[in-house]
This record gives sequence, structure tokens and C-alpha cells, in this order.
Amino acid sequence: MTSNISILIVDDEESVRDSLYNWFIDDGYQVDCAENAKQALSMLESKNFNIILADIKMPGMDGLEMHRRIKSLNKESIVIIMTAFASVTTAVQALKDGAYDYITKPFDPDDLSHLIRNAASQITLKAENEVLRNKVVSLENVEDIVGSSEAMIKVLKEVERVAQSNSPVIITGESGTGKELIARAIHSNSPRKFFPLVSVHCGALPESLLESELFGHEKGAFTGAMFNRKGRFEMADGGSIFLDEIATISPKMQVELLRVLETKTFVRVGGNKEITSDFRIICATNRDLKKMLSNGTFREDLYYRLNVVNIDIPPLRERIDDIRMLVDYFIKKYCISMSRNIIPINAAALNRLEKYDFPGNVRELENMIERAIVIGNEKEIRLKDLPYEKDVVGNSVESLNDLEKKYIIRVLDKYDWNISRSAKVLKVDRVTLYNKIKKYDLKSSK
Amino acid sequence: MDKQNILLISFGQFENDFLEDIATEVEKEYTYPVRIQNGHIDLSEYYDPMRRQYDGNGILKEVDSINSGDVIKKVGLFRVDLCIPILTYIFGQAAFKGSTGIASLYRLRNEQYGMKKDEALLLHRFSKVVIHELGHTFGLIHCHHPICVMRSSTYVEDIDQKSTEPCLNCQKIIGLD
Repeated sequence: MTSNISILIVDDEESVRDSLYNWFIDDGYQVDCAENAKQALSMLESKNFNIILADIKMPGMDGLEMHRRIKSLNKESIVIIMTAFASVTTAVQALKDGAYDYITKPFDPDDLSHLIRNAASQITLKAENEVLRNKVVSLENVEDIVGSSEAMIKVLKEVERVAQSNSPVIITGESGTGKELIARAIHSNSPRKFFPLVSVHCGALPESLLESELFGHEKGAFTGAMFNRKGRFEMADGGSIFLDEIATISPKMQVELLRVLETKTFVRVGGNKEITSDFRIICATNRDLKKMLSNGTFREDLYYRLNVVNIDIPPLRERIDDIRMLVDYFIKKYCISMSRNIIPINAAALNRLEKYDFPGNVRELENMIERAIVIGNEKEIRLKDLPYEKDVVGNSVESLNDLEKKYIIRVLDKYDWNISRSAKVLKVDRVTLYNKIKKYDLKSSK
Repeated sequence: MDKQNILLISFGQFENDFLEDIATEVEKEYTYPVRIQNGHIDLSEYYDPMRRQYDGNGILKEVDSINSGDVIKKVGLFRVDLCIPILTYIFGQAAFKGSTGIASLYRLRNEQYGMKKDEALLLHRFSKVVIHELGHTFGLIHCHHPICVMRSSTYVEDIDQKSTEPCLNCQKIIGLD
């Protein structure tokens, strides 16, 4: 069986080159020969050889010197040193310089075969390892982030662009749009991917606990601190830290966070030893940080420290093209997890989903699909399996005007009273919306 | 079918029956008619006194240069210990996709290993080596199939494990299927 392993034989003796050439050709390897080190190095400039078999004693540059130069060109190359004269000194030197092995001519045929086979196995394993590594990264990048709409492709391109750098990133988007997934994609495509991605939900913790969570604490720092504990910044050393709901942190925490970002050092709660950590920061928020800047609830210096790159994820209603793909993805996910046959969604149900507003975005869609699979007839997802068919309209005693007013206020608040955006979502023109605002005497609550 | 022959050239003292049996095995595998003839080479030119062995490369070149008429392949048969510069010994050697091979029974004899003489076993081993080297001339490389005759053999025990015929894949490669 032909092999894709290539071997370069470097020896000044023609009979040796011919013998090795024939031997390796018989084994199916791709073989080339060079009669001296200079010729070999010249060949290596234009072609990569997996294994180099080099004689030690050659006129001009000897095999050891050639080996050192080969290693400086390509650390991964496998060099086997051959000699007719066994010498412990040269053997040790060759191996110290990184030679794969050292063999004495003439070789036992079995020894030569084994040596080359082992070297070839190592090369194949390395290549397989590389392929597998890339597969894991691409799985993180593609499988969980579903969407082929122009908006999502733009987001993924930004992820690809920003992943390779160390710059802080703020991911913005409504609740349920997948900000954490994007953070994971950035990390898993970055050079830090083999180190941890540490996540902290800032909105879920009171300030005192958040401080301990982020910086760690020393034993006895507060009641209940029975042991020393590493903080999330420390755990993220070498990797990335993801701070979700960054807009919820208190002014005091904002100051501390700014200092950590600037100096990459911090002290544990109750401690006095300065700790250094090398991390990349990724934040997320569903709030308008610029507005918080202007009303003084978010520090400007912290904002500009964090907002080097901003990735904005569009709400689901702005990427209707992705709904079908997401529905299929979640159906497959939940059917498999419930050990059921994968079922389709009927046209009416899909149509309804594509018309729906999805205030909860992808998370809401996922919940709907999971629920539909659980309560449905196990044959297909029908309109009646979807929850919002039994919404307020069914049981409400409110008038049509009341419902319209409520809905318009909800949309206006969501888009900060941006008339153009609100009108687009409501599918009316700006004049109509202005008239509705006047009619219902609507005012901004902020 | 091509009417060319495969030629086995004897360069040592071989019994006629022995040679004919080898020829029969070769013909069975490659379907070409096999001829036997005697040859003469001054082997002293290829003797390496340091190694006390005979240079296989040089001998192969000399056998290749012999004008053998209308033959498709030829194999020189020897009784002496063959070697090449890089290996401690060889059972045989051939030019890959060439027209010539050589084979020696020196290291195939049981007596070489302090064991009881076995002519039948020797015949089997030698047949396999000849068929193996011819396989290289037909363009076959070493095969990983456990009992294919093209499997690489370092020791006589390896030769005993394999059969006299190429595996189906190797047969396909050279159009014998």
C-alpha cells in the first residue's frame, strides 16, 4: 500500500542511497536522495519531507550540523542519524539536538523497518490530532450557533475577526439572543481556546458575593469563608472571562473592575497578596450602555476600556429567515434527548412562528419547541401545540383599543421610543404611529 | 497471453528437481512460462571480506546486464550470503518495476540456525523469496496482508507465515485477478 510519508536520504555513498531508496520504495514510501548536506538543505527549501535519514560523516557539512539547521527550519521534522561508526559521544549529541534516533550501519532489516514505521506512526498521529483539534473548534463555532441569514453571517464574520485578538469585546443584544454562545465561539476560536472560559452572571449575584466570586477570598474574610477560594479572574488565567449582564454591576464594582482591567492584578477579599492573571475579557448586556453613560449609571472610562469591539446580535424578529433552521435544530435536539423519532412541523405552525414577535428571542423559540414536543402528538408540531394561541386574547376582557395601546407602549419602551424602529416592528408607517401615540396619549416612562 | 518467459538463472549448485519445483511454483503464480538456465558470475568481485558477505547491489547489476533474449523477467538464484551496505543481510533483491531480481537460499536453510535440515521447507521458503522478488519487478510494493507473499520478511519465520501467492489486492494491481 502506497504511503503519503516522504523520506529524504542524505548520504555521500551512492550504494547506500540506492539501497535505502530501493528498500523504502518497496515499502511504498515516497523517497528522494541527496548526496550531501548542501543539496539536502536546498531540497528542503522547496519540499517538505516527513523523515530525513542522514549520514553523520559527509564531506563539507556533516550530518549533525545539517540536523541542527533542519531543526531550525522546522522543529517538527523527524531526523534519523546514521553512521557506520558507533560513537557514544555523537549519539548523545545527536539525541540532545533533537534527533529522533541514531542507528549504526549496517542495520538489522527489522530494526530499520520498525524505526521508520514508528516514525511514520508519530507523523500520522500528529496529523490526526491536528484534524481532531480543528474539528472540536469548528463544532463550537458552527453547530450551536444556528443561522444563515445575512445578519447572523455578519455576526459570525465579526466573531472570526475578533477571535484572534486579545481585545475586550462587548456583546449586545436582547435577552435570549445567544450572547453567551457568541462569547463561547470567540473563546473557542482564539489562541486561548485550550485554557478555560470562565463565566459570571453579574446580574444574579449581590455585590458582596460578586466581589468574592470575581476576586476570590481568603479564609476568614467573612462569615462562612471557611477556606481560601480562587476567584474567577484567577481561574481565567491564560483563558477568557465572560461577564454577563455587565450593566448590572454597582459603581463600586465598576471601579474595581476598571483597575483589574488596567493592571491585570487584584487582591482576594480579605487578602493582601497581589495576584496577576492573564485573561481576555468578554462582556454582554441587553441594556443600552451609551444611555447609561449619559445618565451617569455606567462609568465612561470603564465603558471605553470594555467597548473596544462591539458585536451586536440582532433579535430573532429581524432574522426571520433563520426561524426554520432554528426550529429544525431544536426539534432534532429535543427529539434525540427524549429518544423520540424526529418529527416535522406543519406549515401552519411554522407560518405562525415566522409571524411572531419573539420578545424572548431564540430562548423563547427553544422553549416553545421543547414544550410542543413534550405535549404534542409525537407525529408533528401543530398550531395548537404552540403556546401563544391561547394568549391574552382568548381570556381577556379588555377592549381592542386597550390591547393595541398596551402593545404599542411595549414596543416603544423596548426600542427606547425610537419611532422609526418601533414603526418597523409594528408594521405601520411613522405617521400612523405618531397618530396612535397622540390618540392614546402615550408618554415615555423613562 | 504474452508468450514471453520468466527466466530463472542458476548461479550455484542446485539440483535439477529443486529448480524445476521452483519454476513450477513461479509459473503457478504469474502464469508466464518459466525457463531455467545456468549462469556464471565471478562472485569474488562482489565479496566483502570485512562483512564476509557478497554485495547484493553489484550482483543484481551484473545479472541485469546478462543478455537473456526474449524474457519478460529474470531472477538470479544463489547460494551465498547476500547483503547491501545498509542491511546486515538480505534474502533477495529486485529492481522495482525493473526486469531483474536475485534470491539466495543461504539464510533460508535450517542449518544456518542450528536446526535440522529440511529440504521441503527450504524449497517452500526459496519459492516464496523468488516470487516475492518477481513481485517487485512487476511493480508490487510490500503488502500488509498477513499471508500475502509480498509481505516484508525480516526473518525466516516471517517467510514461513506467508503463502506463495500474492493477495487479491496485489493480484489486482498486476492484473492477475
